[in-house]
Amino acid sequence: MNEDLNEQRERLLMSGIDLSEKERSGTFIQKDAEILLTVARHAGLEVMPIGEALETYEWLRRDYFWKAVPADKDAYTRAASREREIRGVFVRAKSGVKIEFPVQACFFIATERTAQKVHNIIIAEDDAEIHMITGCSVPEKFGSAVHIGISEFFVGKNAKMSFAMIHNWTSDVGVRPRSAVIINEGGSFVSNYICMEPVKSVQMYPVAYCVGENALAIFQSVLYGREHAKMDVGSAAFLSAEGSRAEINSRAIATDSAEITARGEIVGERPRVKGHLECRGLILSERAMINAIPSLKATHHDVELSHEAAVGKIAEEEVRYLMARGLSEEEATSFIIRGFLSIDIKGLPEKLADQVRSIVKISAERLI
Amino acid sequence: MLEISDLAVEVGGKLVLDGINLRIGEGEVHALLGPNGSGKTSLIMAILGFPEYKVVRGSIKFRSVELTSIPTDERVRLGIGIAFQRPPTIRGVKLLDMLLVCRRAQRDGQKNDEAVLDEEMLRMAERLKFDENFLHRDVNLGFSGGETKRAEILQLLIQNPDLILFDEPDSGVDIENVELIGEVINEILQRGEKPSVRKKSALIITHTGFIFNYVRADRAHVLLNGKIACSGIPDEIIKQIMEEGFEKCIRECLSEQQVREGERK
Repeated sequence: MNEDLNEQRERLLMSGIDLSEKERSGTFIQKDAEILLTVARHAGLEVMPIGEALETYEWLRRDYFWKAVPADKDAYTRAASREREIRGVFVRAKSGVKIEFPVQACFFIATERTAQKVHNIIIAEDDAEIHMITGCSVPEKFGSAVHIGISEFFVGKNAKMSFAMIHNWTSDVGVRPRSAVIINEGGSFVSNYICMEPVKSVQMYPVAYCVGENALAIFQSVLYGREHAKMDVGSAAFLSAEGSRAEINSRAIATDSAEITARGEIVGERPRVKGHLECRGLILSERAMINAIPSLKATHHDVELSHEAAVGKIAEEEVRYLMARGLSEEEATSFIIRGFLSIDIKGLPEKLADQVRSIVKISAERLI
Repeated sequence: MLEISDLAVEVGGKLVLDGINLRIGEGEVHALLGPNGSGKTSLIMAILGFPEYKVVRGSIKFRSVELTSIPTDERVRLGIGIAFQRPPTIRGVKLLDMLLVCRRAQRDGQKNDEAVLDEEMLRMAERLKFDENFLHRDVNLGFSGGETKRAEILQLLIQNPDLILFDEPDSGVDIENVELIGEVINEILQRGEKPSVRKKSALIITHTGFIFNYVRADRAHVLLNGKIACSGIPDEIIKQIMEEGFEKCIRECLSEQQVREGERK
C-alpha cells in the first residue's frame, strides 16, 4: 500500500478506515485522484473503481448514473459531471446477498490546493444487506483543498443499507457532498454522519426518496463546529409511497465562532406515512451561531409528521444536579456534552456502531 | 454533624431565610415542615451551596468545617447527599452514569473506579425495584413520579453520604412507592439500629408528612416565612399538621413565640 497512507494509519482509524482491513468485507481507497486499492472479499459483493464499472456495465450509466442526484443540480454537480475521468467507487451487493462486515471507502486528499471530485454509486439489490463506512480525511497539518463527492444510493426491495460517514478534515478544507438515495418497497436506508473535527465549510443536504411502500429512511448526524467552521448540514426525506417512514435526528454543538445551520425536511405525500425530525443544538460560545430549520410538509391528509427542535446553552440546572453528586463544574459540563453527543448509532452492525461511538467519544474527550 | 447558626439567605435580592438556627447531631433525623413558599427548599439549597442562594449572614458548619465559602461539589465530597424533589432530565446521560458518578463521590470509594456496573450496585438497584435495563435509560427522561424518587434514593444509596437532605421524598408518589422509599430511607439511616450506633443524619423536608408514617424522626421543625416558628417532638407536630393543617399549628407556634417574647420582656 502507498506509504504516505501508512503514515496516516491512526488518522484513518479515527475516520473509520482500518488499513489492516480487519473485519471489513471490502475496501476502496482513493488518494487525491488516484485509486490505490479496490478489494471485495465476499461472494456477491462488487467493489470497483466507478470508471471501470461504467465501462463494464452498460446498464449502470443507463439506470443509475446521475439518476438519484441530478447532474444539473448546482455548480458542484455540474463541475463533477464535466470530469472526463471519473473517480470514485462502485459498490454492489447482489440480490439476496447479506454482507455482515462493512465495506470501507476512504477518500484522502494528500496534495494541498487540489479539488478532489468523486462520484460513488452504491447498490443493494433486492433482499440484499450491506453496510458502508466512508472516511474522508487529509493529513493532520494541511492547507486548503476542496472535496466534492457525489453519492447515489439505490436500495432494492426489502434490502437494507447502512451508511456511516466520518469527516476528519482540517480547518482550511471545503466540503460539498451531494447525495441522494432511492428506496424501494420494504427497503431501509440508515445514514450516520459524524463531523467532530475542524473544517472550513461543509454544505450537504442528502435526500431520501422513499418510492416503495413501507420504505424507511433514517438520517442521523453529530456535528461539532469550532474555529471559523461554517456548517450547513441537513437531510430531506420524501415519503412518496404508502406506509413509508423517515426519521431525521441531529445533534449540533457550536463553539468558537462556528456557524451551524441544521436543516431537516420531511415531505409526506401518501397515506399512512410517518416522519419525525429531531434537532438539538448546544451553543458553547458567545460568538457561535446555530440555526435550526426543521420543516414538515404534508400533501396528503393521512400523514403523521412531527418535529422537536431545541437550541441553547447548557442548562444550569443540569450542571447543579451533577455537582450535587460530587462533580466539579468543569466535569459536570463535559459530562453533559458527552451525553449530548452520545446519539444512539442506529442500523449499524454492533461492532461498527461501537467503533463509530468510540470515534465520537475520543473526539469529544479531546475537545472537552 | 450539621450546625447552622443565625443563617440568612437571599435569592434574587429577596430575603428567604432569616435567622435560622438548627443543629443535627450524628445519627439524628430531623423533619422540616412548612407550607409552600416557607423557605424549606431554600434551606436545603443553601446547605448545598447553589450560587443563587446567597448567604448574607450566619454560618453553616458540617463536622466543624465552615461550608459557606466552598463549592457544592466539595461539600458533597465531604459527605453530604441530596434527594431532589424534581431532578432535571439530562439527555444522553444514563441513570447508570449517575450511579457511577455517585460511586466516585463515595468518600472512601476509591477501590472500584471502573466504569462498569458492579454486583453491589445491581443489588441496590433491585432493592429499589429497577431492573438492569432501566439503568440504561436517560436519567429522569419519561420517568414516572415514583421512578424519579426511587432513582434519587438509589443514587444516595450508592453515594452513601453521612448527612442526607431529602426534599419532598413523598410528593407525587403513590402509596406503594412511599412505602418502599420509606423502608429504604430507614435502612440508609440505620433506623433499625440502636440510637447509639446510628451514624447517618438526615433532614427531611415534607409538606404532606406522609413519609413520617414510615420513617421516625427525632425532632421536627416548622418553618414559616423564612424562620423556624417552632420545634418539638415529631409525633405531636406531625400529627397536628396532618390532622389540622398548618394554620392551627402555626397559630399555636406564634402564640408560643409571643408568650416567650413576653416572658423575655
